[in-house]
Amino acid sequence: MIGTRGAPVDVLVVGAGPAGLSSAVAAADRGKQVLVLDLGLRAGGQIWRHRDEAALPRVARQWLQRVRAAGVTIASSARVLDALSPDELVVDFGGRIDRQRTRALILATGAKERLLPFPGWTLPGVVGIGGLQALIKSGLTLNGSRVVIAGTGPLLFPVAAAAVAAGADLVRVAEQVPLRTAAAFAMGLLAKPSAIRQAIGYRWAFRNTAYRTDSWVTAAEGDGRVRRVLLRDRGRSTAIDCDWLAASCGLCPNTELAELLGCAIDGDAIRVDTSQATTVAGVWAAGECTGVKGDIAALAEGEIAGRAAAGDAPGSRRSSLQRRRESGREFARRLAIDFAPRTELLHLAGADTIICRCEDVRRGDIDPRWTQRQAKLWTRIGMGECQGAVCGPACAALFGWQANVPRPPLGAPLCGDWAGALVDEDVSGER
Amino acid sequence: MTPDVRIVVDGVPHHVPPDITLAAALLNLGVTAFRRDVRQEARAPLCGMGTCFECRVTVDGVHNTRACLEPVREGMSVECGR
Repeated sequence: MIGTRGAPVDVLVVGAGPAGLSSAVAAADRGKQVLVLDLGLRAGGQIWRHRDEAALPRVARQWLQRVRAAGVTIASSARVLDALSPDELVVDFGGRIDRQRTRALILATGAKERLLPFPGWTLPGVVGIGGLQALIKSGLTLNGSRVVIAGTGPLLFPVAAAAVAAGADLVRVAEQVPLRTAAAFAMGLLAKPSAIRQAIGYRWAFRNTAYRTDSWVTAAEGDGRVRRVLLRDRGRSTAIDCDWLAASCGLCPNTELAELLGCAIDGDAIRVDTSQATTVAGVWAAGECTGVKGDIAALAEGEIAGRAAAGDAPGSRRSSLQRRRESGREFARRLAIDFAPRTELLHLAGADTIICRCEDVRRGDIDPRWTQRQAKLWTRIGMGECQGAVCGPACAALFGWQANVPRPPLGAPLCGDWAGALVDEDVSGER
Repeated sequence: MTPDVRIVVDGVPHHVPPDITLAAALLNLGVTAFRRDVRQEARAPLCGMGTCFECRVTVDGVHNTRACLEPVREGMSVECGR
């Protein structure tokens, strides 16, 4: 049953999005044996999620080709359950749970959506915005379905375009920030003509749909599935009939594995230095998990991390890679400030609104004066299948709690398999 | 075009495209209750990328399988709404 446990790899990368792939190539180009673990069915992460590689943008196809040419091994459908140390992870390889040792570890775990609770958000048909995009890329068809997209930031544009391409009757795109904020952000992009061209292309794709700023979801209604969304729209309440509501409020870094390893977190992102090293020796991090900044900067960070993990001396601070890194981090700061959730979004949940979807904990079950630990002890909030991945960022925004301190196993494996992976190694006396 | 695969959803056979996820297949078939919460309310995919666990169904007897991470496979038997 053991394929990999015996010999450590030189570099283990967690996540096969842009940062993971570029770090893998950089390390492999320096003669290192590289294994990439990825939860998805195919490499590419969320932004390059695909069914048909030929349909991907050119830059994505080129990176997937480079990874193959560099001799990198990619384990798809592989989920990290635990970190025993920076050089040994417990991994569910598509149902076979095993340990994986390594000499260097690169975290490229990406980001998830910030999903803030509102009445009706548990109705079928209510999805995240990135969630809708992921489902479309996974084969969801929307033939004539009425879709409302409500959220914030640049992600609205590609998802709106993707929904139209998937056959949706896209009836509204709502941006929570005021027009002046969105406009100022767009002006800031003028120095990046390619970003402007891309945004115009997306807007053209959903040109028949109103894009409204100062507009956000207050509730979803329906019986057994969403049928209507209530919006606060430039100071007025309005209702729109729909079959799908895609709603979220930006992205937040996936830091669970980093926290298990003991890496320091700054705000909501993994802390890294200019060579993408975390505060734990032997562990680097790159891409959205160190702050949400987009694929171009993630590729640069991945390359920096891959070189460092392969033992290269730190490059010049004035190198083009470092310039791309710094401009990406500046962009991340802008995004986080400009598109932070407005206060109104933190007060939408009523007493009966579910906050923790796994454990069915409602807003009224929680005393906001509690610490997170007290809330857990009283209600089991954040202790279900997703282990607080969804309600953790929500509670951080709503109650000011520190995000969940993760505990192994990450997610919910089948207990027998999990125990088996731990036990038989202990017998060998290696730990 | 590769031919469709046959999956069985709550005892009923369906033909679906071969290269999609089980979550997309079930949504395209009109399934809304992937699972049910303690009040028996229907729950369905939310994040689409393996984070939220709302799309969990029983696949070939294995509970808590996230439909969004599972490719459809010929003969796959799925139970929803538990």
